[in-house]
Amino acid sequence: MATIRIPPVLRPSVGGEREVEADGATVGEVLASLVEAHPATREQLFGDDGDLNRYVNIYLNDEDVRVLSGLATAVTEADSLVILPAMAGGARPSLGS
Amino acid sequence: MSQSGGELLRQVKEQITEVDPSEVAQLLGEGVVIVDCRETEELTAGMLPGAVHIPRSYLETRIEGLVPDRSQRIILYCASGVRSAFGAHTLMAQMGYDDAESMAGGFTLWKDRGYEVELPRSFSAEQRERYSRHLLVPEVGVEGQQRLLDARVLLLGAGGLGSPTALYLAAAGVGTLGIVDDDVVDLSNLQRQVIHTTDRIGTGKVDSATETIKALNPDVNVVGYPTRLDASNIIEIIEGWDIIVDGVDNFPTRYLLNDASVRLGIPVVSAAILGFEGQLSVFAPGHGPCYRCLFRQPPPADMAPSCGANGVIGVLPGTMGLLQATEVIKLIVGAGEPLIGRLLMYDALAATFTELKVRQDPQCPICSRDPAEIADGELGVFPDYEAFCAASG
Repeated sequence: MATIRIPPVLRPSVGGEREVEADGATVGEVLASLVEAHPATREQLFGDDGDLNRYVNIYLNDEDVRVLSGLATAVTEADSLVILPAMAGGARPSLGS
Repeated sequence: MSQSGGELLRQVKEQITEVDPSEVAQLLGEGVVIVDCRETEELTAGMLPGAVHIPRSYLETRIEGLVPDRSQRIILYCASGVRSAFGAHTLMAQMGYDDAESMAGGFTLWKDRGYEVELPRSFSAEQRERYSRHLLVPEVGVEGQQRLLDARVLLLGAGGLGSPTALYLAAAGVGTLGIVDDDVVDLSNLQRQVIHTTDRIGTGKVDSATETIKALNPDVNVVGYPTRLDASNIIEIIEGWDIIVDGVDNFPTRYLLNDASVRLGIPVVSAAILGFEGQLSVFAPGHGPCYRCLFRQPPPADMAPSCGANGVIGVLPGTMGLLQATEVIKLIVGAGEPLIGRLLMYDALAATFTELKVRQDPQCPICSRDPAEIADGELGVFPDYEAFCAASG
């Protein structure tokens, strides 16, 4: 079971958990297990084509899986995955609506 | 047996190596540490180019911070070569330095021979006192403080992140601070926007921040932009600044800023916060990835909450803003490893920091190109931009 770190924006989709564990031998399999257990995460992680959404980065430990083998990257039980969606909180909006 | 000062000096000079100014002139910039051991008041006539200043009375206590390597070649000088001879002798005989020498004739002979002199812009007595704790830090020192005073840093927003950043950069003596913000101080801001005060509710944030900064440090020149950053004014506003501090809470402005800063080659110290979590990275054009390398496109509006809608614990922008200020100061004084190509995640509830690698994307639509080719019409544009902005209202 690899550990997946859940960012604040996805926590409502996994029952408020900060970390969840999921089975799988590759990044794709681990994420598929996550989606199966928590279906609400699907549209936030994957596009209609089954690829990762471009605004979500997945890191195997500290490395972006896109520079590894993407969803085919091998995962061991000792690994942790970090889901990193773009975040923009800070000052108030300074661009006109 | 007591000795006269003259005898002691003669003995010391027999035990050390004295270097002629002509040889020192050849060694400037060649990896030899040149230490000016005169008193601060004597520096007004100038220093050898590239020399560091440690008054003779502090030599023993400060030299290790500056030169930890005992095998490093060091040349000391003073006004005439007496104090530097004693200093070199102490470093060799008592502190274990292998190669500490004294420049014969000191600064007086150097100047008489017409060698180059660097005139330090002198600090006022008040500045020496105000920045005394910086001057004691080897990574800052006189030179670093000078750089801080010469630096121009633009803050996007005087809000949650911008407040602590502005306060500490002003305290540090960053000479010119720009602030872009068209908002006015609201009561609900004061839980985290610590540069403003209760009696300034309703006042423009630029004016309020300026007042606080001036009261804290009159050395700082504040340039206010009480306006909204958009594609029509961004180049004009950010051009000429050394570093930009980004803490805006919406994606269109982040992408706009990224593209414009890549075009102009200005580093951006960027932070984002939500709830109890923060992200921090430094995007330095030409030295590492840009924001678009990290996130090629923003999430859809319904998945991109801002803290206005979701709330933020008041101390979090303080923590993240000060991490930004720290990166800014590191960039200015040239100390340490800037957070380029790395993203730092802070989880306040877990009290953990996690570091992720950010890779430069060879296919990046912006930073993989010649900056001069980035056209006005491309700045801040991303797929579905119109829909995004419509949805985010």
